[in-house]
Amino acid sequence: MTDTALASSALDPTTTGQTAPHGAPRLSVKDLRVHFAMPKRHLFATHRDYIKAVDGISFDLHPGETLGIVGESGCGKSTLGRAILRLIPATEGKIVWLGEDLLALGKSDMRRRRQDMQIIFQDPLASLNPRMTIGDIIAEPLKTFNPGMPASEVKAKVREWMAQVGLVPDMINRYPHEFSGGQCQRIGIARAMVLNPKLVICDEPVSALDVSIQSQIINLLMKLQREFDLSLVFISHDLSVVRHISHRIMVLYLGKLVEVAERDPLYDNPRHPYTQALISAVPLPDPDAERAKQRIVLTGDLPSPVSPPSGCYFRTRCPKATDRCAMEEPPLHQVGPGHRAACHYWDTPMPAPAAE
Amino acid sequence: MTEVPEAAAVGPPPAAAAERPTVLAVDGLNTRFDTPEGEVCAVNDVSFRVREGETVGIVGESGSGKSQVFMSVMGLLAANGRATGSVKFRDQEILGMPPQKLNRIRGAHMSMIFQDPMTSLNPYLTVSRQMTEVLVQHKGMGESDAEKRSVEMLDLVRIPEAKRRIRMYPHEFSGGMRQRVMIAIALLCQPDMLIADEPTTALDVTVQAQILELMHDLKTELNTAIVLITHDLGVIAGLSDRVLVMYAGNIVERGAVREIFYGPQHPYTEGLLKSMPRLTGTEQTELPSIPGQPPNLQHLPSGCNFRPRCAYAFDRCRVEEPAQRDIGPGRAKACHLDAL
Ligand SMILES: Nc1ncnc2c1ncn2[C@@H]1O[C@H](COP(=O)(O)OP(=O)(O)OP(=O)(O)O)[C@@H](O)[C@H]1O
Ligand SMILES: Nc1ncnc2c1ncn2[C@@H]1O[C@H](COP(=O)(O)OP(=O)(O)O)[C@@H](O)[C@H]1O
Ligand SMILES: [Mg+2]
Ligand SMILES: [Mg+2]
Repeated sequence: MTDTALASSALDPTTTGQTAPHGAPRLSVKDLRVHFAMPKRHLFATHRDYIKAVDGISFDLHPGETLGIVGESGCGKSTLGRAILRLIPATEGKIVWLGEDLLALGKSDMRRRRQDMQIIFQDPLASLNPRMTIGDIIAEPLKTFNPGMPASEVKAKVREWMAQVGLVPDMINRYPHEFSGGQCQRIGIARAMVLNPKLVICDEPVSALDVSIQSQIINLLMKLQREFDLSLVFISHDLSVVRHISHRIMVLYLGKLVEVAERDPLYDNPRHPYTQALISAVPLPDPDAERAKQRIVLTGDLPSPVSPPSGCYFRTRCPKATDRCAMEEPPLHQVGPGHRAACHYWDTPMPAPAAE
Repeated sequence: MTEVPEAAAVGPPPAAAAERPTVLAVDGLNTRFDTPEGEVCAVNDVSFRVREGETVGIVGESGSGKSQVFMSVMGLLAANGRATGSVKFRDQEILGMPPQKLNRIRGAHMSMIFQDPMTSLNPYLTVSRQMTEVLVQHKGMGESDAEKRSVEMLDLVRIPEAKRRIRMYPHEFSGGMRQRVMIAIALLCQPDMLIADEPTTALDVTVQAQILELMHDLKTELNTAIVLITHDLGVIAGLSDRVLVMYAGNIVERGAVREIFYGPQHPYTEGLLKSMPRLTGTEQTELPSIPGQPPNLQHLPSGCNFRPRCAYAFDRCRVEEPAQRDIGPGRAKACHLDAL
């Protein structure tokens, strides 16, 4: 894609297939921090170490929009997803849902808002109660939030949702272990959808599934989004899957946002060296392209989240790093329309790999 | 038949490859498991060759029998499993060989690495101990020579500060480094064949890239034959010379890597390739997908195993199981259709 085409598609969302809806955000996360205290080194230690699993992340999410979240294991994707639903306590920041700060709500108010916000997990079977029938699993949220709903209505709704997610409604009395991984994920989706939520957080929903089943579930999530104007947060370490389903993508590194952009600018013109490395690392299912491509191979491992490097967290593995990066934490630079990257050198080309 | 576009040589030219000596010859391998619910046919009539210096990719969905083929080859089947047929390593029959005899081949001439390196590394022994032991046992080396060679091997797989790190325990390494240690151990005796079962599946994409780069270098530097088992077509595309596609315990298609990717001839291979989301290309709101799910190995459908999910299925597919047939040099498929 040329630069001009890129800029215009970023400005005019109607030119891309997966168009990001605009207007007022449904969810607005502001400077969110989730810090976990590490056990003290000894009983009388005055100093305590913290893992800054999420460290100052802000973003908006619109109706009908999918926000992809990518990054290596341990970079804080799941923690962020869970903190948004208050499944784990946030340390600081704001989570504004339809104009109201969720972190300021009392328990019972929060519980009511939770009807609008659901989550689905990576391991489909482990997240379903093995002793409940499929019908009871899908009905549970309905019964919890609408205790007065007549049983016949509950059953009708459950059957309707089973059909929506591609399960034969006659299987309503079966148990989870009788289903395959893909079917269990459909059950999880039906359970999440039965209250007609506005937001679904998908934490690696297809990572445990085979390729042929994975595409079925991606199609299902996209269909539900279109029909119900769902907002999706889609967490995954698979950059190809994220590209397919997302309108916008955030890249995290050690709890920090390093780059965010709409889908095409992020994949066609990534500005942060980490994003560039991540994308170049994806093995392409195309022998000629895979063998011809220049891979940016990062040296070293992810630093410990307890004692991250000074300055830019990524500098210890970054091919572009200079002395400045050790001293100065890079701000999120505006590098294009809706496109921000936290790198001092976002505008300079990647150095050629050193000859061996 | 779909034309495979001409391109820069990928892997050895077919003629040269066919002339190379065979390292492993598997013929009519069947692997069965006895379970309380009946017999599980995990591997059905599988035959293939691995030649010196080539990389063979084995791809298929989970449960398709990829691992069990090589557990049978290595004599590592679970107690309720039984393998029949023929497995020849350098012309010597090894299927059913007593473990003591097999041990002289395993580890020294062929070795295997697994998805989770922690399951095959001993958490209570230093890396040094685990490496030198192999050399002392198989090569009769003295301790200090063995240690020197082990450090060289860790250098080769690019473990920084190998001299110091070799004294550490497995849990003190990151996941990617543990996998590199496993590869180093597997390569210690310079085996003729390395079997890598999902070697990067548990790793982050950045670390996966390091391991793939390493395997690529080893392939060219050491001329070891590599069997690469994975469900990830991307991993297969970059490293393999030839590819075997498995479905429900059968090899359903085989061919050179470019033939498989650019001109798949079995509906399952075609479906797999189409259902992968890509990093580039035109937008599509709907991903093509293969309907249904892989069959239960205890209740296989009549005729072709893939028939219930196949868009091309016709009457014959219901009544007759397709035999594998040649469709070109080194190219075969198990499908009644003449062409896709
Ligand atoms: N309850 C907890 N107590 C202490 N540390 C935690 C806790 N939960 C998560 N962490 C740490 O927070 C960081 C972020 O973890 P998180 O699970 O959010 O990562 P992730 O990006 O989802 O990784 P993955 O891709 O492996 O799922 C990690 O360093 C993790 O070890
Ligand atoms: N010990 C066992 N008992 C019964 N069935 C088994 C056993 N080990 C493997 N299987 C079955 O064999 C089939 C093939 O497994 P495997 O080769 O591990 O698949 P994959 O292609 O994912 O590597 C699966 O259906 C699996 O459940
Ligand atoms: Mg996670
Ligand atoms: Mg396996």
